[in-house]
Amino acid sequence: MAGDWPERRWDTFPPHVISEIHRAADQGLYYIRGTGAQRALPSFDDLVFLGASVSRYPLEGYRERCDTTVTIGARHASRPVELKIPITIAGMSFGALSANAKRALGLGASAMGTSTTTGDGGMTMEEREASETLVYQVLPSRYGMNPDHLRTADAIEVVVGQGAKPGGGGMLLGQKVTERVAGMRTLPAGIDQRSACRHPDWTGPDDLAIKILELREITNWEKPVYVKVGATRTQYDVALAVKAGADAVVVDGMQGGTAATQDVFIENVGIPTLPAVRLAVEALKELGVHRKVQLIVSGGIRTGADVAKALALGADAVSIGMAALMALNCNAPLYLEDYEALGARPGTCTMCQTGRCPVGVTTQDPALEARLDPEEGGRRVRNYLSTLTMECQTLARACGKSHVHNLEPEDLVALTVEAAAMAQVPLAGTGWIPGRS
Amino acid sequence: MTAETIDLDAVSVRALNRCLQGREGPVAGLRFVVTNAKGGHALAVGLTERVQVRIRGHVGYYCAGMNQLAAVTVEGNAGTGVAENMMSGAVRVTGDASQSAGASGCGGLLVIEGSASARCGIAMKGIDIVVGGSIGHMSAFMAQAGRLVVCGDAGAYLGDSIYEAELFVRGRVESLGADCVEKELGAGDACRLEALLAQAGMDGDATKFRRYGSARQLYNFRIDNAAAY
Repeated sequence: MAGDWPERRWDTFPPHVISEIHRAADQGLYYIRGTGAQRALPSFDDLVFLGASVSRYPLEGYRERCDTTVTIGARHASRPVELKIPITIAGMSFGALSANAKRALGLGASAMGTSTTTGDGGMTMEEREASETLVYQVLPSRYGMNPDHLRTADAIEVVVGQGAKPGGGGMLLGQKVTERVAGMRTLPAGIDQRSACRHPDWTGPDDLAIKILELREITNWEKPVYVKVGATRTQYDVALAVKAGADAVVVDGMQGGTAATQDVFIENVGIPTLPAVRLAVEALKELGVHRKVQLIVSGGIRTGADVAKALALGADAVSIGMAALMALNCNAPLYLEDYEALGARPGTCTMCQTGRCPVGVTTQDPALEARLDPEEGGRRVRNYLSTLTMECQTLARACGKSHVHNLEPEDLVALTVEAAAMAQVPLAGTGWIPGRS
Repeated sequence: MTAETIDLDAVSVRALNRCLQGREGPVAGLRFVVTNAKGGHALAVGLTERVQVRIRGHVGYYCAGMNQLAAVTVEGNAGTGVAENMMSGAVRVTGDASQSAGASGCGGLLVIEGSASARCGIAMKGIDIVVGGSIGHMSAFMAQAGRLVVCGDAGAYLGDSIYEAELFVRGRVESLGADCVEKELGAGDACRLEALLAQAGMDGDATKFRRYGSARQLYNFRIDNAAAY
């Protein structure tokens, strides 16, 4: 009898898959959304630190200094970037984000002595004024690309790809392409803007080397040049970026966010941040440039523990995007009726692509944007960065380190076989590193 | 006024650019001749002053990249990305240009007296480009604004995914890219084209050109257009 048959979870067709099939059948187009991968992935949560004990001794948590400074770009640049903390704000565009959000990020980052980054669409004056240290992205679209802005930046980031969509171009749906956004990008207002996925004037690593040469010549060899890649064939990409002359390499794992991309792309392309860090460090060490060419890691960094683990695996700094937006109240339980109107809920909202962000972060609507006070937002970002830094220092001191860069893989063990294999640290309680011993 | 000669056999590219960028002293209104270019990359990039530069010989990648106000002439062929992201001023190549000529250019005038390779005017954002010969495939890809004038033929997929740029071709177009269509060449268009040809120093009857632009059918996602993407 059917009524006696117990309800059983359907692993092949869970509710969200069934819902997506219904939506696709209705609309005939892939689903576009914001934020990053939602699937469960091996992550820094799968690693733990081995705090000091008899064989190691810790630093006093509230007395002994644990330094957090980092210098980026001394390989070739005459004016490297000096940061007080190893946590930077990732590139996010004005257009995807409101001007208030960009300004808040700049204020918060500046208060903590770190950098923020422009995005597709160029540099806004609000952002430049609010950011003590501003990294200027050179993207495939070249939207808003301006040599005057290049010269006023503190560093240059050549974007090859991003973790949410390695191999894909940007996307900004028409509802966010206002007159101001369109004007900065030399596009008609209201169109669904599709960015190119390849740079218009270089294709491979040999060309990239010449491109970097040109950027250095234009900016008098003063500014560090970063190369940002989405995490895929990380070991090769990092090595080629170094060969092309990068001062720093930014590796963005698949947990990294986006303002609008196909869901199928976000969830199925790229590798998690955890193995990406290790692969990048291996490439730098193989070339003898680890700590000379800085490694900045992004994609799903949320806590000081994530920061500390990335640094312990060999990163020089991390970059945060989505978490910084959450500090600005992304997904906060405010304006509930507006979440409902989007068919979303606080805590699981990924509706950045709609331009109807209830908390004023990913919108160009003046009324919604007004909900985000940039001064208050800047304070929240500062607080969040400060918390991450103190958490990272707490863990570093527990491991006996007087600088967060002294954390090392030897301080870590993995809780899962997968994480042990990806990070190449021992499975907890064993000396076993899959693939090595 | 006599021109100052900068010999790249004697000084570095770094020294050349520092000089032309005015980092060693004011250069506005001055004329320079660069010799022994020998295909060097990133020559005369990032210029910001009304300076005249003649480069004797072929140049490599990104010559006159991001130019502002300066007038740069290459007496020879140019490598990839000549005048890329140019903002203003004038760049002239007396020979041929490699791929991505004028890529992402925002303003100013790029004249190529010979032919240009693939992706000429890719992602152009307001620059005017006049080519005396022919251009390669995928030219004016995602061209956003400005004018691309081709006195010879155009390769395949001209103007693919074009936005608001205008394309004028006198010869044969191998094929048009997605959303690029032929448009009427009105009297006003011919008049504007004639002025641009004159500015570029090119002879020709503007009425012999055909005009292309965006059908504006792909500006917003529609399921009916899925096959075009």
